[in-house]
Amino acid sequence: MRAYLDYAATTPADPQVIAAMSPYFAEKYGNPSSIHSFGQETKAAVEKAREQVARLIGSSSEEIVFTSGGTEADNHAIEGIAFANEKKGDHIITSAIEHHAVLHCCEFLKKRGFEITVLPVDQFGVVSAESVANAITPKTILVSIMHANNEIGAIEPIREIVKAIAVASSQGQGSRKIYFHTDAVQTAGHIPIKVDELGVDLLSMSAHKFYGPKGVGALYVRKGTRLIPLLHGGAQENNRRASTENVPGIVGFGVAAELAAKDLAAENKKLLPLRDKLIKGLTTLIPDVRLNGHPTERLANNVNVSVRYIEGESMLLNLDMLGIAASSGSACTSGSLDPSHVLLAIGLPHEIAHGSLRFSLGKQTTEAEIDHVLAKLPPIVEKLRKMSPLYKK
Amino acid sequence: MTGPYSAKVMDHFMNPRNVGEIENPDGVGQVGNPVCGDIMKMYIKVKDNVITDVKFQTFGCGSAIATSSMATELIKGKTIEEALKLTNVAVAEALDGLPKIKMHCSVLAEEAVQAAINDYLKKTTGKGLPGFKPHNETLHDEVHGE
Repeated sequence: MRAYLDYAATTPADPQVIAAMSPYFAEKYGNPSSIHSFGQETKAAVEKAREQVARLIGSSSEEIVFTSGGTEADNHAIEGIAFANEKKGDHIITSAIEHHAVLHCCEFLKKRGFEITVLPVDQFGVVSAESVANAITPKTILVSIMHANNEIGAIEPIREIVKAIAVASSQGQGSRKIYFHTDAVQTAGHIPIKVDELGVDLLSMSAHKFYGPKGVGALYVRKGTRLIPLLHGGAQENNRRASTENVPGIVGFGVAAELAAKDLAAENKKLLPLRDKLIKGLTTLIPDVRLNGHPTERLANNVNVSVRYIEGESMLLNLDMLGIAASSGSACTSGSLDPSHVLLAIGLPHEIAHGSLRFSLGKQTTEAEIDHVLAKLPPIVEKLRKMSPLYKK
Repeated sequence: MTGPYSAKVMDHFMNPRNVGEIENPDGVGQVGNPVCGDIMKMYIKVKDNVITDVKFQTFGCGSAIATSSMATELIKGKTIEEALKLTNVAVAEALDGLPKIKMHCSVLAEEAVQAAINDYLKKTTGKGLPGFKPHNETLHDEVHGE
């Protein structure tokens, strides 16, 4: 049995998505900027997809900018606001658990002279609205806090944070706008989103995280928000993002968004008990296992545990041999110096972070697959623990 | 299944040789640290200058376990002098190569052997290996660094 339990990394494209995309390679292949009918046809398809994506998050069409994915959306939002507002202020606030697409972007801006505040999180990975408000200075121009975390599934109190920022900034001198961006790569298509309810100015989305194709995403940009573009060239995306549109990808993205709007509730209903069965099983069948993140206030598809005394990659390799695909926060799997910065941010000691496993569920996940993991992981853990100098029976 | 690792690495990882502890070892060496995510402990039994038995325990990834296993195979039955000549490159080559970012695991294996022998020499002659330094703290940075 092959069990793919790494949906947070990527998802299989829905058959309807693929079917919708297919004609746009060699049948309907015009450049949407061309004035002839070949171009007008694909332009219409792009605009239809734009409406579908807008509907998923409750925005209007013209507020959607198509990108190459979530990373570009994050970069565009953060650098776009930073460079558009640097004369007004140079302070950006973000959190310690953001995706590297946000954090490394901020580090890049820091080298260019911006001041970056990285807020800590609590043991469950949650940022407090109070800490955001307290970090605001007269030079703050942007706050970027993710909607939910990809590693431990922590859901951030975006509405509360946006409200707290509004209060804090109205107390300063003059009515200065502090932009709010949220990386919703893990939530768009999985949790209902209404940009006006959340109160965000910018929101990042990625198609391949909810059964769309890889290589396409979007940045929601609230009307009236000025951004310096990342890509200069043609006038596409209302002069916000030059480049001939990835028509097949965008079409697929639109269909994925439409399907997600319909299927979201049912998917969460199906995944919740599977997630909880996996959490319960792992923490009861294997001694010295801790759940990372909140037991219930977490994404319906996310399970992240630390298995004491052993290391993550060696568990993944063993699982892979049995057809089970998962991921880990250990340094060995990321090729970097440190284990997951998210796990360190919630206070895990290094070796506990190195021994982490993330299982993320999705559309095709079955109870049989969960049972398969619960049957196969304990003997793997036992085998690796016998080899470990840290484990004393 | 093609992965990041050679068939030999996968073999030594899935079926590691010489796992365990030795009761009353003649030398024990532990290298690495939890921050790194790699800890290797090597036990040796020595008779008439020959390593008659060797066992290892490792907390670490596929490469870490495979290189420990291979290193023990390569020093078993060898003299102390021969074992000291073991290099990380030899361990990696015996495994048909390692991905570049995993080469430091093979260095750790070489150091574990040196540490065990250093301990044995200290216990028997009162003097350890000349110039022996415990696990190189900057090694990780050197391999993974900016």
